[in-house]
Amino acid sequence: MSAAVFDKIKIPNGIVYDQPTGLFIDNQFVPSIDGSKFDVFSPSDEEKITAVYEAKEADIDVAVAAAKRAFYKGPWARTTPAERARLLHKLADLIEKHAEVMAAIETYDCGKALSLARGDIFAVVGAFRYYAGWADKIHGKVVDVDSTSFNYTKMEPIGVVGQIVPWNFPSVMLANKIAPAIAAGNTVLLKSAEQTPLNALYIGTLVKEAGFPPGVINIVSGIGKIAGAAIASHNDIMKVAFTGSTLVGRAIMHAAADSNIKAVTLELGGKSPNIIFDDANIDKAVEWINFGIFFNCGQVCAAGSRVYVQEGVYDKVVAAFKKRAEQNIIGNPFDEQTFQGAQVSEAQFHRVMSYVESGKEEGATVVTGGERHGSKGYFIKPTIFSDVSTDMKIMREEIFGPVCAISKFTDMEDIIEKANDTVYGLAAAVHTTNLNTAIEAANRIRAGSVWVNTYHGMHWALPFGGFGQSGIGRENGKEAMKAYTEVKTVRISLEN
Amino acid sequence: MKMPIATTYCFKTTALTYGSKHGIRQLHIKPSNTASVRLFNSTVGLRHDLKSSNTSKMGSTSPRPPSVDIRFSNDPPTVHSHPVGLFVNNCFSIASSGECITTLDPITDREVANVPLASSEDVDRAVRAAKSAFDNIWKDMSGTERGRYLAKLADLLEENKQYISQVEALDTGKPVDVVLTEELPECVNVCRYYSGWADKIYGQSIQPFKEKIAFTAREPLGVCALIVPWNYPLMLSIWKMAPALAAGNTIVLKSSELTPLSASYLGYLAAEANFPPGVINILSGDSTTGKSLSSHPGINKISFTGSLETGKQIMKAAAQNMVPVTLELGGKSAALVFSDADIDQAVKWCHAGIMSNAGQICTATSRIYVSHEIYELFLRSLADYTAEKSKESQFQQPQISKKQQQKIQRYIQSGLSEGARLIYSEDTGSETGYFVGATILADVGDDMTVSTEEIFGPVAVCDSFNSMEEAVMRANSSCYGLASAIFTADITRALQVARNLQAGTVWINSSNDSDFRVPFGGYKKSGFGRELGEHALQAYTQEKSVHINIGSRL
Repeated sequence: MSAAVFDKIKIPNGIVYDQPTGLFIDNQFVPSIDGSKFDVFSPSDEEKITAVYEAKEADIDVAVAAAKRAFYKGPWARTTPAERARLLHKLADLIEKHAEVMAAIETYDCGKALSLARGDIFAVVGAFRYYAGWADKIHGKVVDVDSTSFNYTKMEPIGVVGQIVPWNFPSVMLANKIAPAIAAGNTVLLKSAEQTPLNALYIGTLVKEAGFPPGVINIVSGIGKIAGAAIASHNDIMKVAFTGSTLVGRAIMHAAADSNIKAVTLELGGKSPNIIFDDANIDKAVEWINFGIFFNCGQVCAAGSRVYVQEGVYDKVVAAFKKRAEQNIIGNPFDEQTFQGAQVSEAQFHRVMSYVESGKEEGATVVTGGERHGSKGYFIKPTIFSDVSTDMKIMREEIFGPVCAISKFTDMEDIIEKANDTVYGLAAAVHTTNLNTAIEAANRIRAGSVWVNTYHGMHWALPFGGFGQSGIGRENGKEAMKAYTEVKTVRISLEN
Repeated sequence: MKMPIATTYCFKTTALTYGSKHGIRQLHIKPSNTASVRLFNSTVGLRHDLKSSNTSKMGSTSPRPPSVDIRFSNDPPTVHSHPVGLFVNNCFSIASSGECITTLDPITDREVANVPLASSEDVDRAVRAAKSAFDNIWKDMSGTERGRYLAKLADLLEENKQYISQVEALDTGKPVDVVLTEELPECVNVCRYYSGWADKIYGQSIQPFKEKIAFTAREPLGVCALIVPWNYPLMLSIWKMAPALAAGNTIVLKSSELTPLSASYLGYLAAEANFPPGVINILSGDSTTGKSLSSHPGINKISFTGSLETGKQIMKAAAQNMVPVTLELGGKSAALVFSDADIDQAVKWCHAGIMSNAGQICTATSRIYVSHEIYELFLRSLADYTAEKSKESQFQQPQISKKQQQKIQRYIQSGLSEGARLIYSEDTGSETGYFVGATILADVGDDMTVSTEEIFGPVAVCDSFNSMEEAVMRANSSCYGLASAIFTADITRALQVARNLQAGTVWINSSNDSDFRVPFGGYKKSGFGRELGEHALQAYTQEKSVHINIGSRL
């Protein structure tokens, strides 16, 4: 008896579609070996959407075997870089064609506003096209050492790559990982987050339609502690790329070390400073600090969760920010006007709310928000704390929700010290009209991305990653190609 | 002679929706230059055999672009209405002077079509259009968006490859299959390849000390004049056009007077791909057109592929204007066959290296130097193989023109009178057309004319060598340095010889299998600059260094 691996789903905005629920291995959707499944919930109405098959260790073995076979023996091994580019372009075209349903799936699964979900799918298409272009532009170097030898380097694919993505941008994170890995010639096993497995499986159908050979891209749903752990410790996976919390990142690195010393790329947490100088264009800066923390319900690793305002404009900025935050439209994510949807899960909701309580207990001032929005769905009002001191939990720990801590600074020396007073180093922003202030701050802040007079300036062409405990390696841009290739050095003696 | 119909036809360019990083942005592109348009008189009744989507865009009652009837001697014979005209600002028009040039079928010597001969006035109009498009839209468009236009053009070339191959074959005398299976895929791939580069052109950031940070920007040059030859009309157009556009330049391309037909179709497809008016401009014309273009004060770059003599003229014109030049000129490339080579493979590659495309390849390995130990064996094998291959349709191709045919025949005579040994001479058996049979000359000393001058025909000149040093010295004795080939199984010899050859390309155990991802260009009098690969982007960009003083005080 064959188990059903598709489920007809009706999205609240009226779209009806066939949702794959199986594990996508060797271009087929299959049930898990022991038949186990887990439920998927909609965070905006707390209702169950469907149940998907759950990969356990034995399933991971099967998927890795498929990816390994494809890498060493399948047609993929003979696929030219230009053909890899064509396949990635094809996949991008298909995703573009399915953009509206995929945006709706993302909204249903994550609770994020539909208008933002559309932007996500746009970025997915962009990333696939961008890396299609890289597929046949990966060059080694020729190194002239002396006249009696000929030396060159080659960039070769690593092999089977394990990729574990989070729930805040399920499709974007998938694209940022799969596209460069495939462009470089690897095969992939990707695990989606257990909170948001739907679009990854949907993309599986498009992978097959685009014509990728079986086993090249495998996508499974599963729990981090089981399937994720199996990937991180698998001896046939040569590289693992993870985006998520610093806590789990550390466990993955341990597992990689304990198993086969596989290479790791880690995109972890952040507590990024968003800095406003006295001379900034205040109206614009307030827009960006609002966007910096409340975009995607604050569930962004690079969220500008620490806002530092120079003392001359502090009161003015706090007042303007309060006004601006209260204008954010929060609620039904399918409503076209909505900016802020629901937190992804009940667990996340409670976690964020506990930070809100801790902020109150430690004596920070609630400027606005600080409580749940409505009674159904995991909505939290945009929350701003002022008078937050450097030792408070809400200033030090990643909250991953719509909660912002504001503090004051005096001058450049003061703000550089405060900005860098964190174990993280993912992103930062400065708002100033002064050239020297901008460049000096950009030079001195220890973070993987610095934005000037903007926030969340991510783009598939720009490298992204962290200093310190925000992670290891870079995604996006040409740098991602390095993360998915091994360098081989060939030295040929020309002495007779 | 005069064009029969006075016409200008402008394509409607529709508003495009290509994404930018801040979400979806609409590009509203309006056709310019529509004010004083005299439209084509559709009652002339030209049959239009282009894609139906094109006709629907034009509308059944709308005028059509100026075109000529082209007769293909297929079975049964077909007639196609082919768009011709000077393509400026997404409009096709006749020459301001009304003058035309006639293109001939090299197989039958019959007239194929009359196309406009661009005057200096037309050149000026094209350069102005390109300049305006550069300033107003193209230079500030994101690389991602420019890349999408090129990808679209690649798709259109692929969709229309059957038709284009027929036209190109008719105009050049090439076998249709060769154009279809080798040249068109290359055109498509090169377009796609550079579409990928468009958003991967980087500057650098440099901080030499604490008080200074500098940024470099790789910026487009502006209006690029691209002048292409007749041996690979469409392919070489794409080689130049794709990187120029990817880098953010606008172009005025001039096709050869011998082969203008595929270029005008390229203009048609550019409009179909919705390139903004003025980004791509294509002129048919002769050397006077080339002269007007290369000396026009409005251009910012010249890229030329053709003969050494014309290259010199171009460079002088460029000097007057002080614009950068890329020149891909002639060659007299050597193939070196060592005694340990796989002889069978060496013979086949050497044959392909000189006999393909009737020898009309700038990188043709036209001088073949063979180790004395295997010299006679090699000559016999090459003669046998040439005889065998000459029967295949792929190698039955005329030269481009009567002038070229006669020039090559004179070279063969000169070789024989200077004492070369005739190893092989193919009788083409053709009374009409510009055919020259494959010819192999041996014992060709370094001072013979056929050894020093580029013949550009199916004529191989061979001689023996006694040592590696001699082989390298003779290979390098040419004033050219475009390409070279080495045949040996010895890794050390292969790489040592490769290091010592003065040539822009060295093939080891092959010949003339260039690849668009690998830079291409010449040493010495074969020109300068490189096309293809990432290097081509350098030819179409200029570096701007921005220094920011963040602390040095006076």
